[in-house]
Amino acid sequence: MSVLVVTEHLQGTVRDVTRELVTAGRPLGPVAVAVIARDPGPLAAAVDVEGVEEIVTVAAGADEFEGDTYQQALEALIESRRPRVVLLGFTVNAMSYAAAVAAKLGLGYASDVHGVALEGEAVIATRSFYAGKVSAELEFPGAETVLLLLRPTTWPPAEGTGGAAVSSLAVEVAPPRARHVEFTEPAATGDVDITQADVLLSIGRGIGDADAIAQFEGLAAKMGATLSVSRPIVDAGWMPASRQVGQSGKTVKPKVYLAFGISGAVQHLAGMKASGTIVAVNTDPEASIFGVAHYGAVVDLFDVAEELEKLY
Amino acid sequence: MRTVVCIKQVRTLGDEVEFTDDGRDVDPDYVDLALNEWDSFATEEALQLKERLGGEVVVVTCGPEESEAALRRCLAMGADRAVRIEGVAAHDPIGVAHALAEVVRDEEPDLVLCGVQSSDSVQAATGTALAELVELPRVAVVTRLEPGDGKATAHRELEGGLVDVVEVDLPAVLTIQTGINQPRYANLRAIKQAEQVEITVRQAASAPAASRVRRMFVPPRGEGAEMLGTDPGEVARRIADLVKERTA
Repeated sequence: MSVLVVTEHLQGTVRDVTRELVTAGRPLGPVAVAVIARDPGPLAAAVDVEGVEEIVTVAAGADEFEGDTYQQALEALIESRRPRVVLLGFTVNAMSYAAAVAAKLGLGYASDVHGVALEGEAVIATRSFYAGKVSAELEFPGAETVLLLLRPTTWPPAEGTGGAAVSSLAVEVAPPRARHVEFTEPAATGDVDITQADVLLSIGRGIGDADAIAQFEGLAAKMGATLSVSRPIVDAGWMPASRQVGQSGKTVKPKVYLAFGISGAVQHLAGMKASGTIVAVNTDPEASIFGVAHYGAVVDLFDVAEELEKLY
Repeated sequence: MRTVVCIKQVRTLGDEVEFTDDGRDVDPDYVDLALNEWDSFATEEALQLKERLGGEVVVVTCGPEESEAALRRCLAMGADRAVRIEGVAAHDPIGVAHALAEVVRDEEPDLVLCGVQSSDSVQAATGTALAELVELPRVAVVTRLEPGDGKATAHRELEGGLVDVVEVDLPAVLTIQTGINQPRYANLRAIKQAEQVEITVRQAASAPAASRVRRMFVPPRGEGAEMLGTDPGEVARRIADLVKERTA
């Protein structure tokens, strides 16, 4: 039983999820960590954490991620090492090549996995369906290797120093068909920084339409809170991306997070679950947001907003 | 320009859930059906490209007859043709990709668009697996698309909102993120017309499964939230107190 973790890095820095994968992989078997980059050396040092038995570097491709390079490198790693389990983060980069590797090599596959276990030789992965209302155990009949994309911030990151042996694998990669050109930041709007707020009044799809934005801006100002939003509000063009909480927006940790009309998609929860006190107001008693909230109310958010107006 | 858009009719659960007798899925009596949100953005993107560059838009789905409602929604938005593939196991995105690949090979499209993920499964895998099976380049989580001569510029949205600008050879498979456009509403006349369109039905060839659901269950609730009651005035007072207490 062996485990292969693929390092995720961006602009020269190893991302936290890689050390979380090490933690998740250790109970399954000896963990080897692969580093794929034009110059993997400096990155390899950063993944030499406790629990890593071996580091395998693949010097290939560009400095930044390109899906075709990662696909070819991972295929070569799997063919040479025959791991039982391959662990990647459930990230935008992994989404760009992992399923291609699984389809090509006939691997077992699942993503957004939040639990992994061994039952004898069988790998069992636990993940959610139906907007988090249902969990499922997945099995992978007949698969020699199982490729799993694990949900970030589910396992604690491995710490310390491993003293792992470092080896390298030579892989010839073809020129990528999709090529990194440049990174751009979302346009700065000269707006407030929601990561600095003590109190966030956060609104989601439940507000219904754009007309309600002004009302909640007013309420936030009265309460001394900052207005933030979930993704659908930004997608609809009602508020700028700088106000968005979640995986594709900002990760926030205010003292108080007031979620009004936010059902709690996984990507949203990842961006706010570390908040000090979370209060959720939603008409759906089964909404996922209640799973992370400290306080909740199943009541119309406009009725509560109206009552709050009177108190400030 | 021929664009194939791969869509899914997704299931949403209400307050109650029951499982099928084998325990591997939810009882269909307890679900509502809808066009996957990401796929409405993918369809809109294909329609806007057709308006600029000409050509046709073909929508494809895997599912039982009832999933034709999702195809008809796309037809009402302006798609030209629709294909439904029968006999594909649910919840295995790689199996779905194998079935879609048969149609994509036959259609020989200039572009294939999928949603990033489906709201009921959230695997974010189908488009990337499909690209491999039809031997096309791919870009996942696209928030902007500018096709050029033989290649396109695409914006990939990374975590934290950072954008990775990539250049991709065409034809390609792209998975489309919400917010890339504003999906149009279909008018009543278009909805009526879409009801009359004949949908091509195909049978999937058997494909290896990359996973199988062993059992589904309602996850155990943790401590859960302390509920503040249902009186809006009382809820508001408690919220105001909490804000005051926790920021003191």
